Amino acid sequence: MSAHEKREFEPKIVGFLCNWCSYAGADLAGVSRIQYPPNIRVIRVMCSGRIDPVFILEAFKNGADGVLVSGCHLPSDCHYLSGNFKALRRVTLLRRVIKEFGIEPERLRLEWISASEGDKFAAVVRDMVEQIKKLGPSPLKMKEGEE
Amino acid sequence: MSKEKLKIAFYWAASCGGCEIAVLDINEKILDVVQIADIVFWPVAMDVKYKDVENMPDKHIDICFFNGGIRNSEQEYMAKLLRQKSKVLVAYGACAHLGGVPGLANLSSKKEIFEKVYLSTPSTVNSEGVVPQPKTKVGEGELEIPEFYDTVRTLDQTVDVDYYVPGCPPAVERTLYAIEALTKDSPPPKGTVLAPPKSVCDECPRKKESKKVSNVYRVYEKIPEPEKCLLEQGFICMGPATRGGCGARCLKANMPCTGCGGPCPNSPEQGAAMISALASILGLEEEKEMYTEEKVEKLVDQIKDPIGTFYMYALPASILRRRVIRQ
Repeated sequence: MSAHEKREFEPKIVGFLCNWCSYAGADLAGVSRIQYPPNIRVIRVMCSGRIDPVFILEAFKNGADGVLVSGCHLPSDCHYLSGNFKALRRVTLLRRVIKEFGIEPERLRLEWISASEGDKFAAVVRDMVEQIKKLGPSPLKMKEGEE
Repeated sequence: MSKEKLKIAFYWAASCGGCEIAVLDINEKILDVVQIADIVFWPVAMDVKYKDVENMPDKHIDICFFNGGIRNSEQEYMAKLLRQKSKVLVAYGACAHLGGVPGLANLSSKKEIFEKVYLSTPSTVNSEGVVPQPKTKVGEGELEIPEFYDTVRTLDQTVDVDYYVPGCPPAVERTLYAIEALTKDSPPPKGTVLAPPKSVCDECPRKKESKKVSNVYRVYEKIPEPEKCLLEQGFICMGPATRGGCGARCLKANMPCTGCGGPCPNSPEQGAAMISALASILGLEEEKEMYTEEKVEKLVDQIKDPIGTFYMYALPASILRRRVIRQ
């Protein structure tokens, strides 16, 4: 880790946002000019139920310090009726799995953000950046060359 | 037959030895194999030394069946040597293919494993705290044993591999299929997993009806009904995320699939595929409106040992490969 990085750690967060609610929410945050940290890289998916655990594991493997999964509010906002429930169960289960791999489960966050909640999106990103700054860089990045 | 006899080798790295037995499980068919092939190296059955292999010309062996993962320096050396001496290298069995059960040690580091095994187990008496060292000085000189690695690797993370035979151990029909496929004139393309592309569910004779699981049971907790899908009965069965070719042997014996066949084609990771599949069908009895995040936590709490369940054979081949080692 270079001296520069040590001084100011800026986490990289990958955000998987559903097309119908959360991406629109993030868009609203943008057009409303709500300030939030630029640490999040947003990937739009059609539904939070589309987010395969592989996407999340790959994000961590490729150096993400945190992953945000966001979809439509429970119980009945999902455009595809039950995608958000699937996401809820997947993320809950996956959090236990990443913990076993040595990644803090707090690095994987699930939030329900509707199209009208630009302020909530900004608040979630702010909070998440702060939390991950406290946790430090992803342990996968600090891994020394093995054997 | 006018053709010269094939030269076949078998080797055993980080595995239990079951794959060696699986070769013999082909019973009298082994006589057909001996008709077309000479076995030139098989440490478990024949007295051929490493030195003899080192003295072989490159590409001398036609087909080498390599079972076991790579967990120490001796195994790595032999993998590289056999790669050099073989025309075709086959990762035979789950350990060579995916890391296998020994790969679950990737949840610990070398230091943790040595501490547990040589120092802290209740039956251990080791007051001097001796743990294996690659080199030891004794009166007569220096002794050397293989170096133990932190991480178990699959064979193809160590050397280039031509084919894979899945299974723990591979089913008799897989072994026969492999021998047949690799000895005919037009062998399958390099990198082929020598098993059908469909999942274990496709071969499973059990009745599948409603896909919903609200209570999870471990095998000792309940005797399963013989004809109904085990997942529907609440047993975590890796069938949906596991490549078939085994004839669903375990399911026919009333046991859930534990996933030895590895991932289905186009599935980057078996564990993630199963997490995804299981999360889709894990459900509560209540209506959706009653669902809360706390209740889902409780539902998921029923799954004990998620890594041991979803990654029993494929941890070293998974995306993250191992638990992070913290300095």
